[in-house]
Amino acid sequence: MNECRETLFGFCGNRLRYILNGQVSDDVIYMRRLNLQKTENMAADMRLPTFRKQVSLSPSLSALDGKDLVVPGDVITSDTGFMRGHGTYMDEEKLTASVAGEVERVNKLVCVRPLRTRFNGEVGDVVVGRITEVQQKRWKVETNSRLDSVLLLSSVNLPGGELRRRSAEDELTMRDYLQEGDLISAEVQSVFSDGALSLHTRSLKYGKLGQGVLVQLSPSLIKRQKTHFHNLPCGASIILGNNGFVWLYPAPGQQDEEAGGYYTSLEPVSLSDREVISRLRNCLLALGAHKVLLYDTSVLYCYESSLPHQIKDILKPEVMEEIVMVTRQKLVEQEG
Amino acid sequence: MATVQVSEAEKVYILHGVRDDLRVDGRGCEDYRHMEIETDMVSNTDGSAKVTLGHTDVLVGVKAEMGKPRPMVPDEGYLEFFVDCSANATPEFEGRGGDELGMELSNTLYKVFNNRYSVDLKSLCISRGEHCWVLYVDVLLLQCDGNLFDAISVAIKAALFNTKIPKVHISEDEEGGKEIELSDDPYDCMRLNVENVPCIVTLCKVGHRHVVDATLQEKACSVASLIISVTHKGTVTCVRKVGGGSLDPESIFEMTEVKSGACALFHTICPHPGKLISIECSVVSNFNLIRTSKLVTQLHLLCRGNSLSV
Repeated sequence: MNECRETLFGFCGNRLRYILNGQVSDDVIYMRRLNLQKTENMAADMRLPTFRKQVSLSPSLSALDGKDLVVPGDVITSDTGFMRGHGTYMDEEKLTASVAGEVERVNKLVCVRPLRTRFNGEVGDVVVGRITEVQQKRWKVETNSRLDSVLLLSSVNLPGGELRRRSAEDELTMRDYLQEGDLISAEVQSVFSDGALSLHTRSLKYGKLGQGVLVQLSPSLIKRQKTHFHNLPCGASIILGNNGFVWLYPAPGQQDEEAGGYYTSLEPVSLSDREVISRLRNCLLALGAHKVLLYDTSVLYCYESSLPHQIKDILKPEVMEEIVMVTRQKLVEQEG
Repeated sequence: MATVQVSEAEKVYILHGVRDDLRVDGRGCEDYRHMEIETDMVSNTDGSAKVTLGHTDVLVGVKAEMGKPRPMVPDEGYLEFFVDCSANATPEFEGRGGDELGMELSNTLYKVFNNRYSVDLKSLCISRGEHCWVLYVDVLLLQCDGNLFDAISVAIKAALFNTKIPKVHISEDEEGGKEIELSDDPYDCMRLNVENVPCIVTLCKVGHRHVVDATLQEKACSVASLIISVTHKGTVTCVRKVGGGSLDPESIFEMTEVKSGACALFHTICPHPGKLISIECSVVSNFNLIRTSKLVTQLHLLCRGNSLSV
């Protein structure tokens, strides 16, 4: 019998909401109120998992963009006239993809660019990294790439901004400047032959990072822009590292000229700044979960559309969806 | 536990945030992350549950087997716990790396359930002194993002609730030996009463305050944590302190008087696989563990087949 009986008890002052997905037959939902005394704001939210929505590529979209998405094992072409590039291999005369991504054809070269991959740095990329080791005359930095990146002692600015030869004493005091666990913002100077990146913090805008929040996302979601340092109008500043590490920090004060990170202020950050930073962090996670390209405008739109919700609610699946939908609409309107 | 590195400045930021009751993700000190629970997904177990708390993923399977009861308590069955930290969670758990953490977690679970009231062990007895049900509870850690104890305890409670133990008929045959028959009907089974199964709450001391449901970054800033397992009536079954830091006795009392507990209601999920019911309901009750305790977390699944009375 297709009958569904639901009973909802109204609780004074509580929010009680339920969402039914799909058909409900023979289901009865029984709820019992247990040990309810005073009602304050919600502390724990338990729920049952929901089906992930299936997103189908509309035929018009794929025809316009001409994107050719492949998964590992898909045959790209059987024509032997092509040269095979990254992400492909020859399987019995057929060119097959070895990663999941889109096919790029440049004249006779066929390669597959993966959708989700470790950070492959190029010269000039801005990265945010964490020091993992202190070695002789260099630091090893973790930047979400295949190998740890290298920050040479000769590539950092010495205290006081002097330009001089690095002495043995500088080598011994390396740990005073950057320790294991410290965060830095740097630029890629060059790429070694094995693929490791060589970083430098030679400008005053790079250097050790102070108080703030690090958000780790996929590198493919960060849009390449002219500048990756933004002071958002909502009251916080953001560094969108090309390697997927995004750093949020309170907007620097007026008297500040970038000291290059030698002086990290350990003053408590005000509550309003903290709220902005927490909200931005949750918005970034929401955008990352829905694979939206990240740049200052999209982050800002997401922040604005999340304002009606409480900060801790942003990470709930339905709220995330709603916010991202509004952001996408705004972005489309802005373009069109 | 899997660890992350945090810089000094990040630690200071987190400490000040906890002091102001606004954590990095906007939660208060006593708020849990979003939790999702699913039961009955592993078909070759007698009961299973999967809990996702933030990015922590825990899968629990319960298998009921017949065994000999312990000599000291011939009319009771017992539970065996095993926690497996899978290398999927972090590379640190590869090979034997996860064994230490797994041992620590299983020992804590033994302590938590080591009393007569959590699970009615007498109902697991088949014939006194000879046969009893042994429940093997296997926990698999799929992803580790802090707060393992809480997630595991919730998953165990859900899995025990979901456990269906076949009914046993004992008949005497001609020579006086006992013959045990398990009923073949999948619906002819016994369910456990999980009302008194405790749930674990981990309180981490960060700075001068304590936080519930700490993430890995907050764990890196805390020196000590207190693990308390509480039943819904407020009975404390186990208290443990982990970590190298020291806890002031007064702060322990303060921690156990957590003001806003969480009282979560659970609703039935229909055994039909195609239907999903997502219900969000949370209610908080003011409770005080030491005096008249209320609940910390309660999971009370009421699933009785296809029809329920209200």
